[in-house]
Amino acid sequence: MDFLNAIVALLNFVIIPATAYGAQLALGALGVTLIYGILRFSNFAHGDTMAFGTGMVILVTWLFQSWGLHFGPLPTALLALPFGIAITAALVLATDKAVYRFYRRQKAAPVILVIVSMGVMFVMNGVTRFVIGVDEIRFDDGARFLINAGDFKKATGLAEGLAFRSSQALTIVTAVVVVAALFWFLNRTRTGKSMRAYSDNEDLALLSGINPERVVTVTWIIASGLAVIAGTLYGLDKSFKAFNYFQLLLPIFASAIVGGLGSPLGAIAGGFLIAFSEVGFTYAWKKVATYVLPESLAPDGLVQLLSTDYKFAVSFAILIVVLLFKPTGLFKGKSV
Amino acid sequence: MSKTSNPYQDDRGNKDRSITKDGGGGLELPKSTGKARPAPGGPFLAAENMTGGYGGADILHDCTLTVEKGQIAVIVGPNGAGKSTAMKAVFGMLNLRAGQVRLDGEDISGLSPQDRVARGMGFVPQVNNVFPSMSVEENLEMGAFLRRDDFRRTMEQVYDLFPILKDKRRQAAGELSGGQRQQVAVGRALMTQPKLLMLDEPTAGVSPIVMDELFDRIIEVARTGISILMVEQNARQALEIADRGYVLVQGANRYTDTGEALLANPDVRRTFLGG
Ligand SMILES: Nc1ncnc2c1ncn2[C@@H]1O[C@H](COP(=O)(O)OP(=O)(O)O)[C@@H](O)[C@H]1O
Ligand SMILES: [Mg+2]
Repeated sequence: MDFLNAIVALLNFVIIPATAYGAQLALGALGVTLIYGILRFSNFAHGDTMAFGTGMVILVTWLFQSWGLHFGPLPTALLALPFGIAITAALVLATDKAVYRFYRRQKAAPVILVIVSMGVMFVMNGVTRFVIGVDEIRFDDGARFLINAGDFKKATGLAEGLAFRSSQALTIVTAVVVVAALFWFLNRTRTGKSMRAYSDNEDLALLSGINPERVVTVTWIIASGLAVIAGTLYGLDKSFKAFNYFQLLLPIFASAIVGGLGSPLGAIAGGFLIAFSEVGFTYAWKKVATYVLPESLAPDGLVQLLSTDYKFAVSFAILIVVLLFKPTGLFKGKSV
Repeated sequence: MSKTSNPYQDDRGNKDRSITKDGGGGLELPKSTGKARPAPGGPFLAAENMTGGYGGADILHDCTLTVEKGQIAVIVGPNGAGKSTAMKAVFGMLNLRAGQVRLDGEDISGLSPQDRVARGMGFVPQVNNVFPSMSVEENLEMGAFLRRDDFRRTMEQVYDLFPILKDKRRQAAGELSGGQRQQVAVGRALMTQPKLLMLDEPTAGVSPIVMDELFDRIIEVARTGISILMVEQNARQALEIADRGYVLVQGANRYTDTGEALLANPDVRRTFLGG
């Protein structure tokens, strides 16, 4: 019985939250890795693209709610998502035309584009706060729980409750669908293959008749889509606060680099690795330990390796450890 | 990309691969400046009096290269002679100051490389001529990118020519041996069903056995009626299979003759074939 309780506690406090968080990081890291692979620079504006996109989704959600439009047990934000993506993609493409294209024409060194993306980040950051404000916003509606802790306890008779929030389930399902669609697109379609070809060997792609401007446009659209989906899922799961997305940039980059920059599979693996380590290191293991260990060994303290304030340090510790032993990341991206 | 006059291209010594990915394309392909005009008569490919370079001093000086239908023409010459530059000029990757390129009875001097591909040119660059992380099959598909019709038959023909590629078609091109990678590169260029195949040092860095094998395949391609224009370091072996040979020195034609005659020419032997 204690053993079952331990498993339920583990599921409840570590596995489910970390899986949902990992899926969000993975989607964010996919966007970063895609831009790195194809446009050849790390896009520092990605976090704020997520924030802007989520802000747009929230605005459309409020509009729908004011019309009395709901999505049954699912959050209304899901209905608003395509509109959020469209608006964000339009802004990103406009940014590309107004800013990045100039540097592409100059054949600017990628490091210049990194700095340019930082400028874009600050502008987007300001635009987002200007449009939606700096406050914390909760915008999840619909059914809150797939499995409710109280019901679970009653049904199983266990001391530990298991809560599985619908936003967590939604995150995981959406991530699986999006990742499958992305891989299908990159590996099976003509446009997807041309993007990989461009990433591999720009000159030869050009000689083969692949239109670079088209590749760039499609890349921005897909990256915007991934950013808005990741941002919205994160906002539904936790809450929306513009500044949080800026901070999220750190674990997202850590995920992409740990997995191997430029490798989509690596971005996913990296996302989950970072999420599980973060949650694992900052979780107070006392409860689980008390269930599994004999009474004489029961811990006195919280058995928390790090305070949650240090969760970003975990990403970087993992980053360093992985890169020390595998400089190309887990999935053989670019050597860093 | 270190010293350059364009400050945008100065990477300030950045070596951090976690923020930038190098290996970006440096190519700036000329756009089509005109249409193909009929120019009947003459050899199948006639690139005549080409003069020009990369923007600075001229590299090519009044260079002329011709190939007859289904024949093999070989360009040899010392390093830095401008052999690769001449190939790029024929393919339209260079803004020539003078000269013209005619293919199959048409003047294509004003066409971009992509349009020349559509007119029947296939080009295998000297370096970076495959997509390393993509499978062999995907490399061939990318070769056929401009084609909108069904290219499966062409792919089968490439596999018939290079059976090893069929066995490795799911493998990433970057994982193959040097010789196999060259086969992928040639196969990629054949996917547009070119009438003229241009190869820049196809046997660079492969063993003598693989080189002979590659030459055999190239002869086989020529027998199907495709003209071949090829740059080669292995001058002697290449001239042996050449219908026509060019010795290029400092961007100009030094000797032009049949492959056989060049091999027999004592001057050529002494200076370029090592006795
Ligand atoms: N992209 C380029 N830009 C400027 N100069 C070049 C470029 N490529 C080659 N060159 C110069 O053109 C000359 C001929 O080079 P190349 O055609 O590559 O010779 P080869 O192929 O015969 O060895 C060399 O002096 C080389 O430095
Ligand atoms: Mg050369």
